This record gives sequence, C-alpha cells and structure tokens, in this order.
Amino acid sequence: MTKKSNQSRLYVPEPPFRPGDTPDYSHIAVPANHSPPRPDPLCEDHETVEHATSLIRVMRFNGEAVGDWAPKLTADQKRKGLRDMMLTRAMDDRMFNMQRQGKMSFYMKSRGEEAVSVAHAMALRKDDMTFPTYRQQGILINRGAPIKEMMCQCLSNAGDRLQGKSIPVLYSFRDYGFFSVSGNLGTQMIQAVGWGMAEAYKDSDGIASAFTGEGATAEGDFHYALNFASTYRAPVILNVVNNQWAISSFQGIAAGEGETFAARGCGFGLATLRVDGNDFLAVYAATQWAAERARKGGGATLIEHFTYRKEGHSTSDDPTKYRPENEPEVWPFGDPVDRLKTHLIHIGEWDEDRHAAQAEECKVEIRNIYKEAEKMGSLSSATNVNDFTMFEQVYEELPGHLQAQVEAFKEEL
Amino acid sequence: MGQATKRMNMIEAIRDALDVKMTEDSDVLVFGEDVGYFGGVFRATAGLQEKHGLHRCFDTPISEGGIVGIAIGMASNGLRPVAEIQFADYIYPGYDQIASEAARLRYRSNGEFSAPLTIRTPVGGGIYGGTTHSQSPEALFTHIAGLKTVIPSNPYDAKGMLITAIEDNDPVLFLEPKRLYNGPFYGDPHIPSVSWAKHELGDVPEGHYTVPFGSVRRITEGPDLTILAYGTMVWVAEAAAKEAGVQADILDLRALLPLDIEAIAESVKKTGRCLILHEATRTSGFGAELSAQVAEACFFSLEAPIVRVTGWDTPYPHAQEWAYFPGPKRVMNGIRKVMGQA
Ligand SMILES: Cc1ncc(C[n+]2csc(CCOP(=O)(O)OP(=O)(O)O)c2C)c(N)n1
Ligand SMILES: [Mg+2]
Repeated sequence: MTKKSNQSRLYVPEPPFRPGDTPDYSHIAVPANHSPPRPDPLCEDHETVEHATSLIRVMRFNGEAVGDWAPKLTADQKRKGLRDMMLTRAMDDRMFNMQRQGKMSFYMKSRGEEAVSVAHAMALRKDDMTFPTYRQQGILINRGAPIKEMMCQCLSNAGDRLQGKSIPVLYSFRDYGFFSVSGNLGTQMIQAVGWGMAEAYKDSDGIASAFTGEGATAEGDFHYALNFASTYRAPVILNVVNNQWAISSFQGIAAGEGETFAARGCGFGLATLRVDGNDFLAVYAATQWAAERARKGGGATLIEHFTYRKEGHSTSDDPTKYRPENEPEVWPFGDPVDRLKTHLIHIGEWDEDRHAAQAEECKVEIRNIYKEAEKMGSLSSATNVNDFTMFEQVYEELPGHLQAQVEAFKEEL
Repeated sequence: MGQATKRMNMIEAIRDALDVKMTEDSDVLVFGEDVGYFGGVFRATAGLQEKHGLHRCFDTPISEGGIVGIAIGMASNGLRPVAEIQFADYIYPGYDQIASEAARLRYRSNGEFSAPLTIRTPVGGGIYGGTTHSQSPEALFTHIAGLKTVIPSNPYDAKGMLITAIEDNDPVLFLEPKRLYNGPFYGDPHIPSVSWAKHELGDVPEGHYTVPFGSVRRITEGPDLTILAYGTMVWVAEAAAKEAGVQADILDLRALLPLDIEAIAESVKKTGRCLILHEATRTSGFGAELSAQVAEACFFSLEAPIVRVTGWDTPYPHAQEWAYFPGPKRVMNGIRKVMGQA
C-alpha cells in the first residue's frame, strides 16, 4: 500500500483517497473471529503486544456476538447502551441544526463514534474521572448528566454552569466524573495520569480515563502521558480515538504509515489493546479489561478505538473538500448504532418497530429539552449571561487590579 | 511605483506573498496543520500544494513543537521555511523551540548557525472563539531576544511584510489579526462588515515588493493626540477618534520589534498626549513597553499621563466577547482621559 520514497526525496504521506476518487477500504476489514484472545487483566504488558496490531471485535455483521471478549451484559444494559447512543446522536443533530440557525457559535458532532464514549462510560464506575475531548458527549449522556444543562452550555445562556466562559461543547461536569475539557489538544492525557497517581497515593481504587484523537497523539503531551503512566504504574486508561481524520489530515500524518496507535504503548511497557470502536460490545469489553487492570494495581492500558468520523470536524468544516463524499458509507466497520441494533434483534431482544419508535422518541425528547434550554437565552437573541461574570474565577478572590478593571468596565456601560 | 495592482483581502495577500516567494525561491517551504491539500483552516495556503508540489506545501502532525523544530532544522540547513500555527492560542507547545532555540541559535553559536524562519499565526478575537481561538500573545514573544515580532493591519502591508519576513535572516513571528482577514473592523460587531475591496489598502501590487520592518504607518494625522495601535486596534482607533471628534496621529506600529521609536517620539513630542491600544491583556502587555519607551523619550513633552486601553486581565471569554474586547467605547473613554476631559 505505502509508496516508497526515492532515497533523497522529501516524502510526504497522502491518504489513499481524495474527492473524486472511489474509496475502497475492503482490505482493512477484519473478521470478528480473528480477535486476539483475552488474557488475564493482570498479565505482563508484553502479553498484549499482539493486541496492539490486531483488532478486538465481538459482533459479527449479522449480529452474532462471538469470542472470549464477548461481555456478559443483560439485554436491558444493551438496550440502555443503544438508547444512549441514539440520544447522543439526536442531540448532535439538533444542536448542529440550531447552530446553523445562529443559536450558538459552534458545535461538534460525534456521529459514528457514539459507541466509544457510551460503552466506555458504561464499563467504568460512575466516580471514575474521565478526561474527555470535545467528542465524548456520550459519556455525559450515559452517566445521566442533565441534557438541558449541556445544551445551555452550548447556548452560553443563563442556564450555563460555566457562565458563558467557554465555547460550546467544552463541558465541565465534575459531579458526573467529566473533567473540564480543554481546547488545547493533547494536554489532558498527562493530567489524567496525575489524577490517577493521586488516587493511588490516597489508597482509593478510583481510576482515571483520558481521551485524545489520533491526530493529537502527535503532541508531546501524549508521549509524556505514556511515559509517566508506565513509570508510576498509574491507574489510568489512555484512549486514542482513531477516527481516521484530524480536520483535513488523514491518520497517516499523525502516525506515519507503519504502525498502529496502540503500538505506541508497547515501547513504553504499557498494556495495549486495539478495538473496533464501532462495536459497542468490544469497546465495553476492552474498557472493562483495562479498568480491572488499573483498579487491581496492574497499571495503565493504552486503547486504540478504531472508528470513523462520519461528519465534518465541526460546524466550521466541510469534509467534502478533502475526502470522498461517500467515504463514510463505504467504511467497512459500519455504524455503531446499526450494529448494536442488529445484535439485539439477532438475540431476539429488539425489533425494527421498537427501534423506529425509539428513534422518534429520542428526537422528540431532545426537541422538548432544547425548547426549554433555549428559553434561557441564545446567541441569536440574548445570552442572558451577566457580563461581569467574566471577571470571576480568574482567581479565587478578585485581586486589586481586577477590581479596578471591574470599576472601569462599569464606567464603560 | 508603476507596479500593477489587484484587489485582495488579507488572506489573498498572504497567499500571494507565499506564492511569489515559492515561485522565485525553491528553498521556500510552507507547512503546518491542514495547510497542504486543504489549504489551511483560514485558506491562506489554498492552491499552493497543487501549484508548487506536495513536498513544498504540506500537512504536519498536530505538534507545534515539532513544527517549529523542523523549521529550525531546515532553516539552519539553508531552506526558508514558513510554518503556520493554526491559532496563536496553540503556539505554546512550540514556545520552547521558539524561545530557547530559534531565537538563540545565532547567539549560542556566535553566528555559525542561524534560523531564518517565519512563523505565521492568526491572533485576536472577534469570532466568538473563546479562550482558545482569540488570544493575542505578542508580549510573550517581544520579551524574547533574537526574535522579531510583526503584525500587519491590512492586505498591502501583510503581503509586503510577509515577503520581508521570509527574506529576513532572523526568525520572524508574523501575527495575523484574524478579524481583519476579510475587511477592516471598526470595533462594533453590529455594524455590517466592510470588505477590503472597498478600502485603498486592499489594493495590492502584483509580484514582489517589500514593506520594511521598523517603520510605522500613519493612518491619520492630527495635532490633538498620538494613538499607538497595531493589528485590529488600528481600525478601532480610527473609528473611535472620529466619533470622539479628535484629530489624532494614529500610528500603526506594524513591527513591534524592531520598533520605530523615532517616529513614535516625534509624534508624541508634537501632540504631547499618548494613548496606547491593544487587545491583549493589560498587565505586562506590549503597552507597558510602549509606555515606558514613550516616557523615556518624551517625558518633558507630555501634557498628560500616558493612557493604555486594553483587554481585561482575564482569559478571553466566549459569551462576553464584546464586553472583553476594547471596542470604540473603551477607546473613547481613553481618548477623553488623555485629553484631560475625564
Ligand atoms: C494544541 C492544539 N493545536 C491545534 C489545535 C486545532 N485543532 C483542533 S481539533 C484539531 C484536529 C484534532 O484531530 P484529532 O486529534 O484526530 O481529534 P478528532 O477531531 O478527530 O476527534 C486541530 C488541529 C488545537 N485545538 N490545539
Ligand atoms: Mg481524529
């Protein structure tokens, strides 16, 4: 696949397909029964070297769950996972459209990646601290965070617990184990390691779980995190969400074309898993394995969630400018919602009618919550955020020079 | 001049400067996050990969330290790299490479090695970018010996100054006020924006020309007071002075380092009053440096204390963007103050 550079010629990798090409990714499809075996969660790190380059899958495309990674989840739990993913998707759609109507400055969808956040959250304890990026809203949905408050954050209105300070989707929900999301990429992996080290120091059995996109693994901070996590055997899970794209750059720009992202962990002596991120049950199983390892003192695991960003990077992006328009459809690992649905139908716990009804129900629920949220203000009317709050929380107490600026601002009004 | 001109906005002027230099000098390379095939999130490099080739305009990993690092290696090895940092708010992972390495390489090696590189990056607010798409970190760079920091306020200067930057034998940080990409911005977001097509500084010569560093541009001339501004605040100053009914010497600094202190001092000695504007936070901002230099050079000519109008000493808020931004109202208050009317 990879082109070989001339000996002395500067080599720049390119994605296999650009707009106008007919994308074909059939060569990367892997059958579910080729998953590597599930070792004991307290195994030596080198026993997971194979897992860094293969792909853990549980669900076949016909819905059958196979292999020793198949988690023991009840039908109710699976249905809850399905609903959380559908609710996340419905919310994303609604918010995207409302951004288009000028109600908020910006929005970011997670379509195609809902299993990564929802199944991951489901396999953690509720008090385990997550350090998400802007694309793991599914964690909040799964943990039952108030959707209205999430929406108010995006609308920067009177119901926004961040009082308009942050741009949309940079949520902070401490009470739902959701660390304040930074807009600066990569910075939070290493902070999660510190959080985990503090848990260990305090003899607590809490763990931390941190996320980065594959693109941001190029930041130095990512490498700090792997190093420190390994040195201190920190109880953390380090998740790389490889959705193939970092805005317009394909994953080969971040990693080169040789190795997987999970393999980054091998050289650091971390346990490494690579999982089909569109397979809800596989993400759950991998997370559960890594969480058990961390909680029992086995140290950190690097998980690569292999998935696909089905939409633009954000409301500011048009992906047809740099990738084939139909690439999301031909992606060989399907859609996480469809795949869990197929599984539930396969085991006789779901049907098409119920699914359609639930999709409609999620849409209505989100629409109603949104109506309530927008009543508290939006960018296109008035946000109803008190401007003076911008001076608060810079420090715990307002220092003299800021007090003077508050007075100066009053004069301005 | 005799050179043919073309109407351009600031993005087109920057792209044109890159194109001119890439065409005449095969040592000029352009790279950064999303700059290759896509042409940059602000489109500043659109079409350059197609025209000049994959290995002359390319995407980099998301690693600002890495981007500046390779630029240093290339520049010290004879190339003329132009690196883009997607937003100035993301330059900090590259700060060590800029401050400790690029800026000091010449000094450390006593001239054996140097790093003639250019770093372009968008600065400033006005697009609802919140804490991470709005910052103006110029003072963190003017504090570094060995680095030049410049900031154009219009298409004409942007093109000429970018060519100067690329040809400069020292590292240059080239700051682009993103709110000015499409037109001059007079500080009131509710007034429909004007395009550069309607402004004389949107008239940009074709081909090669330079705008030297270290000379201010006089925007308006007047006896009442001197207003020192750069980037977006140049146009806010013009609007505020008009509204306040004062005739000001508005000086667009263009280069913060090297600074045209002669022209600044000459103006302040004439007017006896000096107002300094910037969008960045106030404390230890570049305004503090300007204030000190003006006091040193013009103390006995000053008829009033020097006044600074700036952003507040808080991170750049999202919903409160226009309460943070030093708009015409705050500038007019500053004008009244320095004129002794408040
Ligand atoms: C330090 C830093 N550099 C650059 C950016 C601009 N930026 C925001 S998102 C993004 C792409 C990230 O891609 P990836 O890590 O793959 O995450 P994804 O968006 O695919 O979830 C870039 C370059 C940033 N936010 N922070
Ligand atoms: Mg990505």
